[in-house]
Amino acid sequence: MDEVLWAAGRAGGFVALALFTCTVLLGILNRSGRPVAGVPRFSLTLIHRNVSLLALVFLALHVGTLLLDPFAKLTLTDVVVPFLGHYRPFWQGLGTVALDLAIAVVLTSLLRHRLGYRAFRLVHWLSYALWPVAVAHGIGNGTDGFNGWFLGATVVAVVLVLAAVAWRLSAGFVESARLRQGSAS
Amino acid sequence: MSSGTVLHIDWTRCDGRGLCTELLPHRLGRDPWGYPLALDADSDPTNVPLAAADLDAARDAIRLCPMLALRLAHSTR
Repeated sequence: MDEVLWAAGRAGGFVALALFTCTVLLGILNRSGRPVAGVPRFSLTLIHRNVSLLALVFLALHVGTLLLDPFAKLTLTDVVVPFLGHYRPFWQGLGTVALDLAIAVVLTSLLRHRLGYRAFRLVHWLSYALWPVAVAHGIGNGTDGFNGWFLGATVVAVVLVLAAVAWRLSAGFVESARLRQGSAS
Repeated sequence: MSSGTVLHIDWTRCDGRGLCTELLPHRLGRDPWGYPLALDADSDPTNVPLAAADLDAARDAIRLCPMLALRLAHSTR
């Protein structure tokens, strides 16, 4: 039974990280305002939202199973307050920070219409902090952190996100940027 | 035809992201800069009249608008 919890905890963490990577990429794609490969803009928005919620489900599985795992010795305090854990407290604390940020980002997204645009956007920007913190937690705290396949997948994810952020910061990022800058000639 | 309900566009918030024009293709087109443009040239560009059949799509557009720039209102004319 212990092995099952441990395996589920590891797998849940990996899948959550993969889904969070997808949701960061989808979020940047959304912000550019372009439909992709025949998928309309509103569908991309819904996919971004649903992948985020699915990531949160796997994150709950990751934390929930490790709470019950006798080796991880995770306590309810560790789930909320970072850097107090028994096992590699710094790296586990990064996971707690990522979890707290993920809950904040998802809750403010779901309550966007009540909170208003400014508060929503301010918290949503934390996604750019959440993702690298979660990646660092995966490498520093994970049982598989230094395995070839995990590092390989992480390198691919980092390259994809860095490329997306570079595109995000480029001048022609927004669909109508060229037209609105008056340089359509 | 008209339900008396209009889609109110808050132009101080609208950024022309185009989701509403995809969801309401019979009511909204896009101007050259991407902003929504009422297809019925006679209608108020800020309070776009909706038919009863448009209401579900309009609610989706309000829910999904990235800038929170849309809401339903009742026609005043």
